Amino acid sequence: MAGEPLLEITDLVRHYPAGKGLLGLGRSKGMVKAVDGVSFAIGTGETFGLVGESGCGKTTIAKLVLRIEAPTSGQILFDGRDVARLTGKDLLAYRRSVQAVFQDPFGSLSPRMRVADIVGEILEIHTSMTPAAIATRVGEVLELVGLRPDQARLFPHEFSGGQRQRIAIARALAADARLLVLDEAVSALDVSIRAQVITLLEQLQADLGVSYLYIGHDLATVSHLAHRVGVMYLGRLCEVGDSVTVSTDPRHPYTQALFASALPYQPEDEGAGDEPVPVLGEVPSALNPPSGCRFHPRCPLAEARCSAEEPVLGPIDEAHAAACHLLPLTVGPRR
Amino acid sequence: MAGDVLLDVQDLETEYRAFGGSQVIKAVDGVSFTLEAGQTIGLVGESGCGKTTTCLSIMRLLPAGARVTGGRVLLEGRDLTQLSDREMQHVRGNEIGMILQDPMASLNPLFTLFDQVREPAYHHRGLRGGALRERVLSLLGAVRIPSPEVRMNEYPHQMSGGMRQRIAGAIALSAAPKVIIADEPTTSLDVTIQAQYLDLLKGLQRDTGVGLIFVTHDLGIVAKMCDDVMVMYAGRTVEHGPVRQVFRQARHPYADALLRSVPKMGSKEPLFRIEGQPPNLADLPPGCAFEPRCPHAVAECAQAVPPLLEVGPRHTSACIRSVELAAAGVAPSGAPGAPGATSGDGGEG
Repeated sequence: MAGEPLLEITDLVRHYPAGKGLLGLGRSKGMVKAVDGVSFAIGTGETFGLVGESGCGKTTIAKLVLRIEAPTSGQILFDGRDVARLTGKDLLAYRRSVQAVFQDPFGSLSPRMRVADIVGEILEIHTSMTPAAIATRVGEVLELVGLRPDQARLFPHEFSGGQRQRIAIARALAADARLLVLDEAVSALDVSIRAQVITLLEQLQADLGVSYLYIGHDLATVSHLAHRVGVMYLGRLCEVGDSVTVSTDPRHPYTQALFASALPYQPEDEGAGDEPVPVLGEVPSALNPPSGCRFHPRCPLAEARCSAEEPVLGPIDEAHAAACHLLPLTVGPRR
Repeated sequence: MAGDVLLDVQDLETEYRAFGGSQVIKAVDGVSFTLEAGQTIGLVGESGCGKTTTCLSIMRLLPAGARVTGGRVLLEGRDLTQLSDREMQHVRGNEIGMILQDPMASLNPLFTLFDQVREPAYHHRGLRGGALRERVLSLLGAVRIPSPEVRMNEYPHQMSGGMRQRIAGAIALSAAPKVIIADEPTTSLDVTIQAQYLDLLKGLQRDTGVGLIFVTHDLGIVAKMCDDVMVMYAGRTVEHGPVRQVFRQARHPYADALLRSVPKMGSKEPLFRIEGQPPNLADLPPGCAFEPRCPHAVAECAQAVPPLLEVGPRHTSACIRSVELAAAGVAPSGAPGAPGATSGDGGEG
């Protein structure tokens, strides 16, 4: 980790009642275990990446961190304070410190507001700055994200997708945020623009020391941007570690299958046989997650105890942990 | 490969007319490529580069206000742009199948899978009764729908996203077309489902010899799936050649920069950035469309649209400085390092 933990998540659980029918009057069919016992920490100036297939719970974690949702159980500590218990002034300060950038820059900016108001609103709410001081600050953050201060008077529709995402980042940073939740923040952008925004995020982190919780499905982007990566499967973390280690030496069978499914960076050499992707089928429902290890029905290596006992996250080495019964959970490289 | 030329697109031009014809936007400007049986070509580029319009022009499915203004689309020698609407209807689904991006929108929620998969085979191949049922069952089996006898009587909402996209594939194959156009078919799928789907398409291609046109913005899909790649920028082809050759040494500044701006798994190397924005199609510069963003632009670049020049076997680049830059050992994108610097191991875990 790059410093003191800024955000510390312990045993986080979020269950949703399922199938209660119209108006919630019907009988509940059970609980969707969207997040089911997740722990990780993010240091100051660090990027933690969360990856996994749709429905694995990564966006639910973002909502919990942003306090859009309340956890069923478990704890989120920010700067050592329990986020769930914050009220009044403290809660306001938390909301100021933790900001979000979403996937769709067309949906996340109000079309009726000028950029100056979109970015300045957060300063109006959280500070007692004068309108002139706010205007100056808006100009500053726009320059920070590579836009011109005079563009503050424009409306979002006058910008391209990449520029809009810069505006969303400027808004998030305007009031000195310390943690940005980036939910698929570059997925909707074109390749060349995506590279611009990724580089911008890296630059901002180096300059400002801000931390990122980056959620994405593009494994190469996450492995590039994040210092550490957590791989989620059906509401649980199955592997956590240094992003280069996890992406080049994944240990959990699910992580291995996931990264083997990633598209190649280069065409295979002529004559090299296509390595067949492990056929995995699809993710089971989080309503009734499989017993034992949640991955066992799709796991090529599953044994009897995998369906009976749930594995816990155990260390492989200092910076790498995985939750699998079959792993030799010892320090040192494999073989 | 080494099949016959199935599809031969020559100098295709497509225009959109906006504001009552007062503004003309050339979305596709002189695009040419050929596709052989069993071959896969990837059309890549960023939003608005004309890759989807190229496909819609081939299928003659352009929206109102757009029309093909030049060029020919030869399917086994027959010019599709000259066919009557009725004749064209016989081509769509029958000789050229199409798979679209959003499987939810491309399936009809009110009809069973059987009804939807059978349609092309029914209309174009004239299959009926038991033969039709057999055909549908074998197609659903080919796209790995579990227990097809049961599933074929179900509706799209009962399927997962990956299954829906596989069904869209079964529909495209239903009448045994010679060419399939797949427009971003996996963007809405998870990586594991995407990998399974791409492998499935490859397998089906091996079995049927169908020619594939893959429209994508994802260079990883091109690396995995395609034999040839055509990189488009602002409606024009900027580079066209065999995938391995283009990935090893891209010769156009834009194509090279695009390849270098993709993050590589497990690598922390800084990404290459192309500064600026893609141009407005309604207001293109008179010369090379990439000239304003190009690190190697010279005065001549701004004067005329550069032609596609041969830079290797079956490999063309629309940059007047391609040969000169390669000879000087300079990366066309202006990135540090030799031109071949994008190559390296697969970078997979």
